[in-house]
Amino acid sequence: MAVYIIRRLLWLPFILLIVSFATFAIARFGPGDPVAVAAGQFRDPEVLEQVRAERGLDGSILEQYARWLSDALRGDFGESFLQQGFTVSELIFPKMWISAQMGLLALVIVFALGIPLGLVAARLSGTWIDPFIISSLLFLRAVPVIVLIPPLLWLFATQLDLLPVGGWDGLFEIWWIGGVIAIPIPDPHLYLPVLAMSIGGFGGVARLVRITALEVQQEDYIRTARAKGLSESVVAMQHVLPNSLLPLVTVIGFALASIIEGAFFVEVLLGIPGIGRFTFEAVVSRDYDVILAMTVITSAVFVLMNLIIEISYTFIDPRIRLGESVRT
Amino acid sequence: MTSAVAETPPAPTGEDAPSSLGASPGALLWQRLRRKRLAMISMVVVAIIYGSGIFAPVVAPYSYSEQNLERTLEGPSADHWLGTDRLGRDMLSRAIFSARTTLILTVAVVLSGSVVLGVGLGLLSGYKGGWIDGAIMRVGDVFGSVPGLPMLILINATTRPRVDELAVWVEEHTPLSNELSTTGGASYFTVAVALSLFAWVGMARIIRSQVLQLRERDFVLAAQATGATGAGVISRHLLPNIAFLIILSVSAGLGAIAGSEIVLTWFGVGVQPPAASFGQMIFEGSGARTFQAHPHLLVVPAVFVTSLMFAFNLLGDALNDAMRGR
Repeated sequence: MAVYIIRRLLWLPFILLIVSFATFAIARFGPGDPVAVAAGQFRDPEVLEQVRAERGLDGSILEQYARWLSDALRGDFGESFLQQGFTVSELIFPKMWISAQMGLLALVIVFALGIPLGLVAARLSGTWIDPFIISSLLFLRAVPVIVLIPPLLWLFATQLDLLPVGGWDGLFEIWWIGGVIAIPIPDPHLYLPVLAMSIGGFGGVARLVRITALEVQQEDYIRTARAKGLSESVVAMQHVLPNSLLPLVTVIGFALASIIEGAFFVEVLLGIPGIGRFTFEAVVSRDYDVILAMTVITSAVFVLMNLIIEISYTFIDPRIRLGESVRT
Repeated sequence: MTSAVAETPPAPTGEDAPSSLGASPGALLWQRLRRKRLAMISMVVVAIIYGSGIFAPVVAPYSYSEQNLERTLEGPSADHWLGTDRLGRDMLSRAIFSARTTLILTVAVVLSGSVVLGVGLGLLSGYKGGWIDGAIMRVGDVFGSVPGLPMLILINATTRPRVDELAVWVEEHTPLSNELSTTGGASYFTVAVALSLFAWVGMARIIRSQVLQLRERDFVLAAQATGATGAGVISRHLLPNIAFLIILSVSAGLGAIAGSEIVLTWFGVGVQPPAASFGQMIFEGSGARTFQAHPHLLVVPAVFVTSLMFAFNLLGDALNDAMRGR
């Protein structure tokens, strides 16, 4: 297994190299000239050339790429065009933190609600409630996030005036009681985005928990547990539950991917200054250095996450041997 | 999949067992699926939406681009069953033509991306092994590891002007007059190619792992021993046995592809006007004020899209159950 992990890790730099060059080439392939945009109304050719050189935008694509790469290897991802004077790293990491907080919250909620719903469905298998739960969750998953947000905004922000229309104000808001006791409550800006991001995720988790719980109930060790006289609740809590949860590790990756994708729209639509909205703005205004840094960083995160998930399989199910199914 | 499949173990002769014993995996799957009411209803929903898309010019009461500026933003009426949009275009007709867009793009991406690229590369990778396998899977790793959505937006945003130039060039050198550049037709091509680039990886991985198992099986070894060519083994022995997997992954992917097109168009880099698309309809109806004043602008496309996605989800769920033998 160690060999497998090392081989995968050695492959990572190559993936990042290919991804970054492809992104680089695609971004340069488009029309328009970012230097002209940055220069605004001052179109002195000499100044343009100077800016071009400063930004590393002169020379052939390969030269530009080589320059970018050598900077990036030293942790310097360049400077943003949109927000001049800030380096890309300065801009990206605080925004990533905002998105990460929101995404993790959504992930926790997806699992916290999805698991019990799946267990209930499995428990009531054979009644109408089981297909009802699963179908309703699948229905929620069918509603695109972009469709969901306007009605939610209209209902909760405009009609009921309960929640703010958008924005971001940290995870917690402090309620002061008598100016003495501080109670942290989740910030109201959070509810709509987290709801919109997690609503589609319940279905996947609940469905998987349900299927595995149903399969686990057929296992010999459950029959043994019943046969030796354990009460039904002990069987459910100590034998069915832990074994039904194991395969959930496999969907953390998927759940996270769908949350990240959902975050993209949520951030754009609700004006949350996270990484999704930032990427969107960067793509729209062709802020090269930001786009490049984003793709490279997310690719690295994706690859590492997949590797961690694969490794975790072997801990959960020791029968799995990494890399051995691949025979050549 | 009507002929006897090579995988079938020598059936006990003399017994014409009506059970699942002699059936191919695909037929078995279909047997189980047919008993599921929700799955059948979902198939009907998909068939209705796709069917109206196919026959859009016949079914739709108006053209998708026909404007009537005296009757804008109307609610449902006898003339316009689902009301009209900001430009006085019939919402029902727009929705039907949007279904056509969804149909064209899902079919194009499934055929080119999932089936041709995905199945083809998966078969090649699994059957040939060696450096071919390594190369294909590593390329798959690259596509699998880039963040899909921003990448799709970037590709569509940067390549579209070039594709438009190409469309004009094609029109100048072929009998086509201006079907491509003025109808937004060229944008279909950009979107389909971009989505296909990312659609094949999952399929190729699934097919490859199945082929890795199958190629060690006796019937494949026997075929090879009797001198069957690689193409022969793949088409006669491997393909029939993975056909059900292809169907399964395609049905699971359809919803995702339809969703991606809607999202891309919503961002303004997908299918271009005047071509109708659900993404664009949703975009036009999704302002908070717009939704308050004219909810039908959002509700109409939302109902269509959600029904389609819901049907795909239920169908995928039922197929999954059927795969697991229920």
